[in-house]
Amino acid sequence: MFYISIPPFDVQLETDIPAVINSINHMYQYALKPVEDTEKFSDFHIRIASPSSIRKYYRPQVQFYIDGKTPFKPLPLSQAFPFFEWGLNWCIASHTYQYLLLHAAVVEKGNQALILPGYPGAGKSTLCAALVSSGWRLLSDEMAVIDTKTLELIPVVRPISLKNESINVISESFSNAEFGESFLDTAKGTVSHMKPPKQSFIQRNQRVQLKWVVFPRYLATQSTLLTEKEKGETLIELAENSFNYNVLGSQGFNVLCDLVASARCYKFEYSCLDEAIDLFQTLANEQ
Amino acid sequence: MFVPKQIIVINVFVQPDIVLTFNLFEWDLLVRQAHRAGVLARLAFLLKAEGLYEKIPEKPLNHFNSAIIYIEQFTYTVQWELTLIYNALKNHNVPLILLKGAAYVQANNDAGKGRVFSDIDILVKKGQLKVAEKALSKQGWLFENIDKYDQEYYRKWMHELPPMRHFKRGTNLDVHHNILPLTSRNCPSADKLLANLVQVKSDGIWVLAAEDRILHSAIHLFYGGEFEHGFRDISDLDLLFREFSRHKGFWYKLLDRAVDIEQSEALYYAIRYSKLIFNTPISEEALDKVSTSLSGVRRYVMDFLFIRALMPDHESCDDQWTGFSRWVLYVRSHWLRMPMYLLVPHLLRKSWVRLTGKTEH
Repeated sequence: MFYISIPPFDVQLETDIPAVINSINHMYQYALKPVEDTEKFSDFHIRIASPSSIRKYYRPQVQFYIDGKTPFKPLPLSQAFPFFEWGLNWCIASHTYQYLLLHAAVVEKGNQALILPGYPGAGKSTLCAALVSSGWRLLSDEMAVIDTKTLELIPVVRPISLKNESINVISESFSNAEFGESFLDTAKGTVSHMKPPKQSFIQRNQRVQLKWVVFPRYLATQSTLLTEKEKGETLIELAENSFNYNVLGSQGFNVLCDLVASARCYKFEYSCLDEAIDLFQTLANEQ
Repeated sequence: MFVPKQIIVINVFVQPDIVLTFNLFEWDLLVRQAHRAGVLARLAFLLKAEGLYEKIPEKPLNHFNSAIIYIEQFTYTVQWELTLIYNALKNHNVPLILLKGAAYVQANNDAGKGRVFSDIDILVKKGQLKVAEKALSKQGWLFENIDKYDQEYYRKWMHELPPMRHFKRGTNLDVHHNILPLTSRNCPSADKLLANLVQVKSDGIWVLAAEDRILHSAIHLFYGGEFEHGFRDISDLDLLFREFSRHKGFWYKLLDRAVDIEQSEALYYAIRYSKLIFNTPISEEALDKVSTSLSGVRRYVMDFLFIRALMPDHESCDDQWTGFSRWVLYVRSHWLRMPMYLLVPHLLRKSWVRLTGKTEH
């Protein structure tokens, strides 16, 4: 049994699949904790195991159980760890209404947060991994968790999920980037996870105020271009990128208004990661 | 006899202040059971009413807060949906009569506080069914994509139209013209229910009379055969009993009405299990009157099945007989709902569809 502490969430994971055990020990090395019996409160109770069916003899599968229930169809056994990661994203997104959740990567420098909202394929995780490998602190690769009262961004430090070409791009450009296993032929192509730096885990209880909202877009031949984005447009697109905006109702709208009003909002097109990193460093220095 | 005393969510409903003694592991189990049973928000309001909400430790408190935020938005959405249904029917002089969850909320019943439901259920006079169907479909409530067999089955034998869904908002609407399938052995007369409606608020929204609301809830739970929300539903009954017993003469009215619409057996189960599980205060007379309904053996068997089936659908509440009990009660519900010559072909067809892997909807 694993107890994974990724504030504000505590996750209990039960599995006897060796590949998952290895990946958890590696990726969540700094987040695992021993727990006394009477202190066992977990937000999510997950089990990763083979479903019992005759299939296991000819095509081994793996199933994701959340407190005994199975919200998804099983996947091939080889995808057990990515299944855990996707399943946990789903658990957080569909049970959490006390925070505003946006589909975005969040990094920090100089005690100021940068949100990178992502449409699929826009390159948010690639940019996030590059920034984290260049000294920015990782708050989250998958979702921005926002305290609706203080408007602070709450870290949920978990592995950065990279796909296809991004895996090589990051591992070749950054010798310090530490990767786990590569998972081939998933629904999203090849997936591999980058381990968050130890420093990000150490600071996982430190919340940050928002400074920049940047919508990235990777275009193969594009030169680096940062342009201001209208605040109204930013607000609408953030709402579209939210997991629980519809449930938060008017409170969600008010929170987004306050956030966008206080932030600097940009569109960002890029193809060269080095230039991108320099540019964000310049932004961070501007204060 | 399996008595569900060790189930923590029940203990809290019966005696809320025991949460003061809970360690985090007990809070963990409480939140899981309550979440799975669909009563997390109900429990949050109960703890608030008892002045215990401030005592909840931070970790479990997050879950209660989350449930309250959800229910606030849910209530707002339901209110808006009801306005739209009301408007759709108004021009055709079809009154809006609410059943189940939506009725509890609109009638301001204790059972409506924190109550989540996935469909809005309404009752329409059989003679107005066609008009209502047309009016609703004009405003965007469409039948879900079900096959011809199911369409005909609903229309010929059931007490409701096939489920409707709004094509834009995705909200679900069930239009009933009775509260039990027409084929069931003790199908009550819908006219009797319609003659006894109560208006809630002043805006022309109606619900069943208090005693009919209870009987409908009991019928739905004890003849419906589905127990995914069984725990929440028996908790509804507990809350309705507690609330209505404050009115003078309520128990007489309820017992007479049960006889009148031939639902004494359903009421017997409702009273028996509400009392067994939640220790609901029930008048001695009422207990005496209904307790003779079942023979000893039958009562023993039904206790065995229902007590298990009504527990929260969470692994910590199961024993080795839980799955079996739910299955037996599912089969029983079909048995009660249809005569043999209809039931056998129907179940054969359902099994065939399942075996061949065709989806039913």
